[in-house]
Amino acid sequence: MKEEEKNTVNRAEEFLQVFKKGAEFTQELLKENERLRYQIFQLEEGSKKQSGPLSADAELLRRRVEELEQEKKEILERVLRVEEENDDFAQRYVEVETQNNMLANLYIASFQLHSTLDHREVLQIITEIVINLIGAEEFSVLVLDEKARKLQAVAAEGLELTEIPAVPVGEGIIGQAAKSGESYFIDHMEGYVRDLSNPLVCIPLKIKDHVIGVLVIYQLLSQKDRFADLDYELFTLLAGHAATAIFSSKLYSESERKLSTIQGFIDLMTK
Amino acid sequence: MNTYKVLVVEDSPTMRQLIVFALKRLRGLTIVEANDGVDGLKKLTGEKFDLIITDINMPIMNGLKLVSLVRHDPSYKLVPIVIVTTEGAEEDRERALALGANEYITKPVQTTRLLEVTKRLLNLSG
Repeated sequence: MKEEEKNTVNRAEEFLQVFKKGAEFTQELLKENERLRYQIFQLEEGSKKQSGPLSADAELLRRRVEELEQEKKEILERVLRVEEENDDFAQRYVEVETQNNMLANLYIASFQLHSTLDHREVLQIITEIVINLIGAEEFSVLVLDEKARKLQAVAAEGLELTEIPAVPVGEGIIGQAAKSGESYFIDHMEGYVRDLSNPLVCIPLKIKDHVIGVLVIYQLLSQKDRFADLDYELFTLLAGHAATAIFSSKLYSESERKLSTIQGFIDLMTK
Repeated sequence: MNTYKVLVVEDSPTMRQLIVFALKRLRGLTIVEANDGVDGLKKLTGEKFDLIITDINMPIMNGLKLVSLVRHDPSYKLVPIVIVTTEGAEEDRERALALGANEYITKPVQTTRLLEVTKRLLNLSG
């Protein structure tokens, strides 16, 4: 019995010893855990202290980048606007240049038409304008004979005057243009074959509403396939100014002739 | 500023006026006019020109003869010549360029084209 009690005490002491060792080990583990936690805390604090200023710089940089991006966007928008304005200016410049050229041509044509009272010279100038400024190769100027009510060719280019038939007012395209005072333009220029009774263009030469003749175009220069805006302006100018120039030069040469006859008669009477 | 002397040879007064009027828009040009090839040659004698603008179809002496004579004169061998003509056929252009013309412009003349060619041949800016 004693032996049994002794064994039990021994075993209890052994168990107590193991338990104590277990308790010591646990204490050590807790201490180690505490020490590691403290280290982690220190490391985190250190990291916070080091990373703090870096984040502020990064934030500043980020803001700057944003500002620059915004600036870039604004500059690009401005560049786009300036480019649009440039395009607009370039387009306007071309338009103004075209207008300038048109006005220059009209000025020269008008100036030349009224630069002389010589009937032949006036017809020559009309011919020059139609060739050089409009680009016609074959055309004629027909003047109205008020008594016969017929249009007679007085100037021609690319054709002989004798080739061009007289046209009664109201007859055919040319006669109708003279009667109505309305300009005529052929519908389709492609494939057109020259026809004296079916021309490309008829422009009545008018002083106010009074038609004194017609400019008839049969053929354009080979390099000219259509009429430009300037041509229509020139047609309008010719319609009025050429008519006035033809009419006044005709009146002037008639009065000159009469004056010369009267002078001759006076000279004869007084000698 | 440099000044350039330009000879305009054209028998049609209207066309001549138009060319002169257009050229006057360029600064620094002195323009001399001639009625035909012979008149052009007379104006060229003893004078220095920087550019010649000539028509082809003219009385007395046509523009192609003028180009040929000018190109055979050592003092005018390098002067730029611009042809302004109603002749639009390709063979006419080739003939004129073969004779020594630098540019070939057909009528009706586009003033902008004439000015662009003039500026280029005279090395004018603007």
